[in-house]
Amino acid sequence: MKLFKNKKSAYLMSSPYIAWALIFIVVPLCMVIYYGLTDSHGAMTFSNIATIAKPGYLKALRRSVVLALASTLVCFILAYPLGMILSSMKLKRNTFLVTLFILPMWMNFLLRTLTWMTLLEGKGVINTVLEFLHLPTINIINTPSAIILGMVYNFLPFMILPIYNSLSRIDDNVINAARDLGANSLQTFLRITLPLSVPGIISGITMVFIPALTTFAISTMLGGSKILLIGNVIEQEFTQLYDWHLGSGLSIVLMIFILINMVVESIFDKQGGLS
Amino acid sequence: MMKKVFERVYLALLLIFMYAPIVTLIVLSFNSSKSRAKWGGFTLNWYVNLMSDEAVASALVNTLTIAVLATVFSTIIGTFTCIAMIGISKKMRSVIMGITNIPMINADIVTGISLMLLFRFLHLSSGFSTILLAHITFNIPFVMLSVMPRIKNMNFYVYEAALDLGASPAYAFSKTVLPDLVPGIVSGALMAFTMSLDDFIITYFTKGSGFETLSTLIYSEVKKGIKPEIYALSAIIFVVVLVLLFIVNRAPASKTNKK
Amino acid sequence: MGKDLITLEHITKSYDGTTILDDLNLSIYENSFVTLLGPSGCGKTTTLRIIGGFEKPDMGRVIFDGQDITSLAPNKRQLNTVFQKYALFTHMNIADNIAFGLKIKNKSDAYIRDKISYALKLVNLEGYENRMPDSLSGGQQQRIAIARAIVNEPKVLLLDEPLGALDLKMRQDMQYELKRLKEELGITFIYVTHDQEEALTMSDHIVVMNQGYIQQEGSPEKIYNEPENAFVADFIGDSNIIRATMVRDKLVDILGAKFDCVDTGFGENKPVDVVIRPEDVELVAPEAGTIEGVVTGLTFKGVHYEMDVMANGYEWLVHSTKLSEVGSKIGIKVDPFNIQIMNVPESEDEEAISETV
Repeated sequence: MKLFKNKKSAYLMSSPYIAWALIFIVVPLCMVIYYGLTDSHGAMTFSNIATIAKPGYLKALRRSVVLALASTLVCFILAYPLGMILSSMKLKRNTFLVTLFILPMWMNFLLRTLTWMTLLEGKGVINTVLEFLHLPTINIINTPSAIILGMVYNFLPFMILPIYNSLSRIDDNVINAARDLGANSLQTFLRITLPLSVPGIISGITMVFIPALTTFAISTMLGGSKILLIGNVIEQEFTQLYDWHLGSGLSIVLMIFILINMVVESIFDKQGGLS
Repeated sequence: MMKKVFERVYLALLLIFMYAPIVTLIVLSFNSSKSRAKWGGFTLNWYVNLMSDEAVASALVNTLTIAVLATVFSTIIGTFTCIAMIGISKKMRSVIMGITNIPMINADIVTGISLMLLFRFLHLSSGFSTILLAHITFNIPFVMLSVMPRIKNMNFYVYEAALDLGASPAYAFSKTVLPDLVPGIVSGALMAFTMSLDDFIITYFTKGSGFETLSTLIYSEVKKGIKPEIYALSAIIFVVVLVLLFIVNRAPASKTNKK
Repeated sequence: MGKDLITLEHITKSYDGTTILDDLNLSIYENSFVTLLGPSGCGKTTTLRIIGGFEKPDMGRVIFDGQDITSLAPNKRQLNTVFQKYALFTHMNIADNIAFGLKIKNKSDAYIRDKISYALKLVNLEGYENRMPDSLSGGQQQRIAIARAIVNEPKVLLLDEPLGALDLKMRQDMQYELKRLKEELGITFIYVTHDQEEALTMSDHIVVMNQGYIQQEGSPEKIYNEPENAFVADFIGDSNIIRATMVRDKLVDILGAKFDCVDTGFGENKPVDVVIRPEDVELVAPEAGTIEGVVTGLTFKGVHYEMDVMANGYEWLVHSTKLSEVGSKIGIKVDPFNIQIMNVPESEDEEAISETV
């Protein structure tokens, strides 16, 4: 490891990024915390954070958590069987199919959401087709269901990829060994395949849950102006009400949720890997 | 046999779920009726209108400029830092990586807000430069996370062997270390470019008024009501992405075929 | 030997149009150590996987203890497998790995506990119950894989190149270990390897395979000393394989010199292949040999010297404890018993087939 003559030159070389990270990552976060913990006169206060307990705010937070959990669950239910099917396929075919499933991710996030606006509208494409077939129309635009649908559509690839990766990394012979030792297909799945794919499930859950919890664009576009998520509330504090202290306080609450999520996941990850 | 059929059906249904909306958008982009639900005949009007739409044109230019610049800067900074990490103590390295992970783990909305607070505090006027700084910041982690594994698995004896055979450090570096890193650098850069193109939330909080990227433009348009021109734009973006992906996938394949 | 435990009848298997096994017939005796030996792609692993139930043959039947098990699922078969690279369950500790099959069969906790400690003792890894597979060395993981299989008391243990991932010293130790285990358990071992030394050391019965056909089967001594065709001779140990002419019974013309041999029935003036093991070539004074040659290469191998001798246009491989310097003239003599005569195959295809008929 003698790429560098001495430690100094290595530190010198990394110093631009260290400075960058301090200015653009650490300082801004400290500013959020500073604003969150002070009032407009600069006095220390917890009232910004405590605001989350007020009915309207609490409702938005609760709704966010519920919708994020629901869409994470739906993503998992859809993605796991898909991951199993894809990982059991021959290599040539499955790389093509995996690409096909993540391809929509490269299309702009807002355009992806916009499509569902068009499809779900009262006189939108889906209802026109349903009417044409003399079937009852659906009216879910501007409801929580539409928001869940939009989240699932946007974040499904984030669930598919890690699950597929962890499943395809399982050695065929490990599955064969379980069968060889007398386990039937269901027992093999429950005792071997599922536990071995836990790391993939966990990173999939994180990658769906966090953006779903904190989004405001999906709820604005598919939920109308009435269904506010915590993301919408924070966004409004900054862009319309200009109450940076309250907005920062609520952001701290959001970060606490992310931390809790990380802790829970690291516990599960350990269990999956050790027990 | 039943299982095979079930698998096929499941794959097909999910693919329909993923692609039917996109296909609908593309179809609607050729629909002459302004009402989305009725087919009024084939037209290219929306595409023509789009071409003459200056707001879209400037948003497109802004988006691409920022994505390209952010990719270049973040790739350079990220790669240099990864190489420097080799010579840094383990403790310091894990501190740096820990900080680098923050924008990846944190919610985009918090990252966006925190940067907005910083820029306001520094009295930087919001616009092109603030968006670029923000994009470089959230892109560096993607570059570093795809270059770091390569650094960790690298065989430095090859570098020492090159020195032993009389190469200058710079020459040895460019002939042994760098080629090993290239795949990581390329995938990191691609990732950064995609993230930049696709970003909405962080851009939204750091852009200020009067400056739009495609994402923020679409967001403000949608709030006013969807114009058919947006469908045309979506269709074009989708086709461009498809072609780019095809080229990217083809390039390495043809290389390995020659081997 | 004992009675037939497993019989493969007319097994044929192909993947994507490539035939891996073609009309394979094989009987495996109860309580024997059988090795399927051959180069990679010869069909030995496919044969094992068909016995284990992980592949279904396109044609043919697998008979186990008198019953047709061709389409029986692996979990219903009374045999267990030790896989290449062990295939341990990395999310379970050693005790849970070993207990896996027993828990599936709903054995009592006490029974399982006894079995685990018995199995760990058998493979010399007492006290490893709570370790995770990743924390063990390759050799230890291999022993656990064996322990995990044998606690289920299978009638047959299938071993798919189990020592392939180990280093040389470990491999040699494990060979003796496996032989000992076989004696203690008194069950049938079917062992797949491409390593002829492993096969010769451990087996009661060797099945040499190539291109999906059985080339020869028999005891290790028979396979080594009396290879029936050039493939077997070449694959098992180093050999001098020389195209020659059978002058008449018990006399063969090798490279223009007449050698006495013991084989009969090849006809007169017929082309044949002869196999002479390097250790069977005697180096004598130039005038005392059947043919004369010059030493062209010399390597010290510890137990013996390995020499290349150029004689009558063929470079002979010779193993001898006596040293002859490079450049020295010597004579070559071969004991008639040590000359193995084989028919010349008429085509490559026949070469592969010749011994299955």
